[in-house]
Amino acid sequence: MAEEVKVFRTWSSPFAFRVVWALQFKGVPYENIYEDLSEKSSLLLHYNPIHKKVPVLVHNGKPLAESLVILEYIEETWKQTPLFPEDPYERATARFWARFGDDQVLPSVFGVFIKQGKEREEAIVTAHGNLKYLEEELRGKKFFSGEKIGFLDLAFGWVANLVSVFEEIQGLTLIDHEKYPLLLAWIQNFMDDPIIKESWPPRDKLITKYQALLGSFIPKEAAEK
Amino acid sequence: MGEVKLIATTQSLFCTRVEWALKLKGVEYEFIEEEDLRNKSPLLLKYNPVHKKVPLLLHHGKPIAESLVILEYIEETWKENPLLPQDPYERALARFWAQFLGDKCVFGAWEAAHKAEGEEKTKAIESAQESLAFLEKQIAGKKYFGGEEIGFLDIVAGWIPHWLSVMEEVGGMKLLEAEKFPLLHEWAHNFIQIPLIRECIPPREKLLDYFNASISYMRSLATNKQ
Repeated sequence: MAEEVKVFRTWSSPFAFRVVWALQFKGVPYENIYEDLSEKSSLLLHYNPIHKKVPVLVHNGKPLAESLVILEYIEETWKQTPLFPEDPYERATARFWARFGDDQVLPSVFGVFIKQGKEREEAIVTAHGNLKYLEEELRGKKFFSGEKIGFLDLAFGWVANLVSVFEEIQGLTLIDHEKYPLLLAWIQNFMDDPIIKESWPPRDKLITKYQALLGSFIPKEAAEK
Repeated sequence: MGEVKLIATTQSLFCTRVEWALKLKGVEYEFIEEEDLRNKSPLLLKYNPVHKKVPLLLHHGKPIAESLVILEYIEETWKENPLLPQDPYERALARFWAQFLGDKCVFGAWEAAHKAEGEEKTKAIESAQESLAFLEKQIAGKKYFGGEEIGFLDIVAGWIPHWLSVMEEVGGMKLLEAEKFPLLHEWAHNFIQIPLIRECIPPREKLLDYFNASISYMRSLATNKQ
């Protein structure tokens, strides 16, 4: 049976990028299906009725949602270029940090981006409290996964992708040279990888998008004061 | 395979999940009770500095935290009685539902329980029941989520027969209505009858006290905020 792999995504979703990068590292051909999240296609809603989000992977007609679940599926289905460590303890560690990234780090960094005044100051403290773990995890390693990019690097790809965009828009520095030399080096190494580079969202488009997003938050914040 | 210790509390549904998995695979372990989560032990703080929570599994002295991560570790380390299906797509579905059950469902039910009577509570109950409706569809045509035998997803959903019923009592609400969710209701009944499952659940009285105390505390916080 011919393989048919489709990825429902947007041009910018960092969660979708995880899936796309994983497929590219494994050399799996796939088709991009771009969604407009303000007007979700009936197909997306059919394939992901629970969360109604991207990314969705559809492999030979069978849909899967939730990017970290999709990454595990990709690993088990296409065995070339393993992205997960072999050792169960290292796998558990990688899964732990990936969840920590999504549950704690990302919301705290996003909080720094959208909040203002005292709330932002508090968000910055929280974000640093989380980011320091990433810096520690990189000790003695080029990538989170070791010598080569793997699952955990893909899971943290949003850090390389978005933090500097948030910093530029808000005129602040979160990941600074003093506190995060390893994380900064990781960001550069990650971005320099030829496969990652090939699927990198245009920075100017990201700036425009997140500036607009910020605009939609601020009136609400002002109204709540 | 080496020494296995589980730092846990008896009332935490997240901890019991791990016990069920260990017992299903015949893994011997030492249960180290974390007596008071408001006064955490040096052991817990040392081995789970990031979240400072239970359950925490120690294998050969190496810590693993987060119940779903622990379950996957147990599955990969002790190969007898596999909990996850063989097929990658079925495994992915099990993981997807486990995440859904772990996040949306548990905290949805808890939210509904601790809210005082009113519009917010009604909305929370509706939302929690929406989640149960998805689960009702998942169990259709099967005795257990794992098929003929219990598996990964049954363990993750295992809070429903016991903990949910206690949440319903303390929260003055009914979520798992037999008429609305006949299949889930039946699954819950079958699951909790299994001896190995039953032997790990905390006494109902203890759980009632624990949840009642939590709800009083959270409602007092809410009142203080106004």
